[in-house]
Amino acid sequence: MAVLRGSWSTISALRRGLFCLKRHKLQPATCFRAFSTDLDEEQPAFPGSRSKWTEKLEFVQPDLYDGIPVYRVMNRKGEIIDPAQDPKLDEETCTKMYQRMTLLNTMDRIMYESQRQGRISFYMTNYGEEGTHIGSAAALDEHDLVYGQYREAGVLMWRGFPLDRFMNQCYGNEGDMGKGRQMPVHYGSTEHRFVTISSPLATQMPQAVGSAYAFKRAQNGLCVICYFGEGTSSEGDAHAAFNFSATLECPVIFFCRNNGYAISTPTSEQYRGDGVAARGPAYGIATIRVDGNDVFAVYNATKAARHIVTSENRPVLIEAMTYRIGHHSTSDDSSAYRSVDEVRHWDSTQHPIARLRAHMVSKGYWDEAKEKQWKDDCKRQVMQSFARAERRQKPAWKAMFTDVYDNLPPHLKEQYEYMEAHVKEYEDHYPVKNFAKEG
Amino acid sequence: MTSLAKLPRFSHILRSITATNVRYIPPSRLSSHFTYYPDTVADSLGETARLNLFQSINQALDTALATDDSAVIFGEDVGFGGVFRCTVDLQDRYGKDRVFNTPLCEQGIAGFAIGVAVGGATAIAEMQFADYIFPAFDQIVNEAAKYRYRSGNLFDCGRLTFRAPCGAVGHGALYHSQSPEAYFAHTPGLKIVVPRGPVKAKGLLLSCIRDNNPCIFLEPKVLYRAAVEMVPTRDYTLPLSSADILDEGEDVTLIGWGTQVHVLREVAQLARQQLNVSCEVIDLVTILPWDREAVFESVKKTGRLLVAHEAPITNGFGAEIAATVQKECFLHLEAPVERVCGFDTPFPHIFEPFYLPDKWRCLSAIKKLVNY
Repeated sequence: MAVLRGSWSTISALRRGLFCLKRHKLQPATCFRAFSTDLDEEQPAFPGSRSKWTEKLEFVQPDLYDGIPVYRVMNRKGEIIDPAQDPKLDEETCTKMYQRMTLLNTMDRIMYESQRQGRISFYMTNYGEEGTHIGSAAALDEHDLVYGQYREAGVLMWRGFPLDRFMNQCYGNEGDMGKGRQMPVHYGSTEHRFVTISSPLATQMPQAVGSAYAFKRAQNGLCVICYFGEGTSSEGDAHAAFNFSATLECPVIFFCRNNGYAISTPTSEQYRGDGVAARGPAYGIATIRVDGNDVFAVYNATKAARHIVTSENRPVLIEAMTYRIGHHSTSDDSSAYRSVDEVRHWDSTQHPIARLRAHMVSKGYWDEAKEKQWKDDCKRQVMQSFARAERRQKPAWKAMFTDVYDNLPPHLKEQYEYMEAHVKEYEDHYPVKNFAKEG
Repeated sequence: MTSLAKLPRFSHILRSITATNVRYIPPSRLSSHFTYYPDTVADSLGETARLNLFQSINQALDTALATDDSAVIFGEDVGFGGVFRCTVDLQDRYGKDRVFNTPLCEQGIAGFAIGVAVGGATAIAEMQFADYIFPAFDQIVNEAAKYRYRSGNLFDCGRLTFRAPCGAVGHGALYHSQSPEAYFAHTPGLKIVVPRGPVKAKGLLLSCIRDNNPCIFLEPKVLYRAAVEMVPTRDYTLPLSSADILDEGEDVTLIGWGTQVHVLREVAQLARQQLNVSCEVIDLVTILPWDREAVFESVKKTGRLLVAHEAPITNGFGAEIAATVQKECFLHLEAPVERVCGFDTPFPHIFEPFYLPDKWRCLSAIKKLVNY
């Protein structure tokens, strides 16, 4: 297809007599180099590469280097390794980070359990990845636009998305801003600059790049952050996003949550080579790999990335290494493909929440009494919100027909009227009492 | 949940909430919009085993691997058995070179599958959900479907089958519920098959795998566990492009496929009991190329046709059937063809009970047909 497109544009350019002019106008350097044979001897002048000649017949091997290092600030005990890297966040900020991470954790446990009891249809926990969410969200401007994948509830939590709205969405009740149309965890919020989640993977990636391009043209000083998993990085859309962002010089932060598994598929079956980060330089994208369980490392990397993308209008790729401690979703039982010991290891020795808590205890920001009080408070907040959400009705079922287009077109109006009459006639067979009256 | 045993459980707290102040609204996933009508098989088909849909598909895949050394099965998460358990144990039995995970990339799976078939092997590719087949649309529509035609039959990828779970499941919402058969039915060169249960699935899937054309095999995911019947254990195939008349009738022809067949069989009973109307229920089985003769013959007899499918009504495959029937059976028709389908909206989460072409909407359409 590309070949055909190329020849058509060439033919039409020739027809317009613009061929040479266009070439010269657009690629003066290339044309100049092509005539400069001396330079050509010293250095290859192909339009598609920048490097030097070699007379050695040698393949570049994938294990050429040791791999991109993992940037960290704290060790597992929560101690700052290099004081120069300490983000020096004050007590208030650290406490907010810790509280949002643990509130997320509490919400996850209760929602997971409620799905198990059949009270909501589906849920996805964020266990083990809280550090990637909170560390990155805290480093952004609150107006930066977020494109999530589906396991980024902590980003919303950081931005103050209320518990009630999480719950309302999961219940699809009349308080759900998404109007009950999507599965649980498909959050979205204009106030929190968080584009509504879509289940298909990687679709958000080129979209994020497009938004970043629009921001660049608007010169609003904002950037876009795009979260995705290492599994998603295998999708065609991921390639498109990386390449577009680099060539079109877009202020976008690609934030890869490499949690080790795409449902059951381990990274060893997802990719070869040095992970997702190694692809960054190949696309011409500045790249860093961080310990995703170290919330300060994530914070520092995201803050620096934000500075680069907004001041230089170019993309940055962050690969945050972490571990999905929970099952993929409530539809999954991960004991079918990984060992309990493996999960226990990450849960007990690498947990981002435990690490931050250890750090805060050593700084005197946190103690047992605060922990107990906060835990109780968390549970109470979540349970109260949960109870409120469960009590609420579903939206009026007419909401099934609206927002397909900006206005209800005649054929959908007709379909709604037909269904309205039908439900009236067969009312006993439809769960109308659970749904709000049209009004 | 064993791996998370150390996490505190909140079940007792949640229960106490229900007991006190909450008006409990059961989620839609607990409801079922159909009653399963099991198929029975003739004794001549030999030994049978009680299987659900995913088990019968597993058996078909097992048979395909056992009878064709070149056959390979791949897709996202198929290695550990697949998210719907259709490939369970197959990797252990046949090895990682024959049953394997691919990276998470549907366009890659499709292109790879075509290449496997062009390379002379049998490709059985799984798309984890039919909703996620669209990145592969180019490979399927522009490549697989046109391989033979564009090369003057020098090359083909006929030894290729795509399997994908489709359809409503009670709580799947926009991206775990779609029935995309009509998108592919617009593509000459493909065969599209939708089984209604385990017996049909096993024979039809083996037919698709052995057919010399690229096939898309759409498995109604709600039936994976809900559909249970006695399935012949031996290797057998069932004809493609051949519709099944499941209930004979005189007054109205009801056509569906997949889960909808079971809705229509119940509707036929309701119509007989409540309206004294005799319905002929047809499972179209193959969407492309479809069994026109069976449909024409039935409609010429009954003079009335209702087509029902879960996919949106506009440009759904029912439109093709309705248009063809009015051309071929015009003088036999007593009423305009009725289509009872999903509405022209995305597939909604909590509104699913209002979205589906359920038995009451079908019954109401039958009233219209007979009272026209």
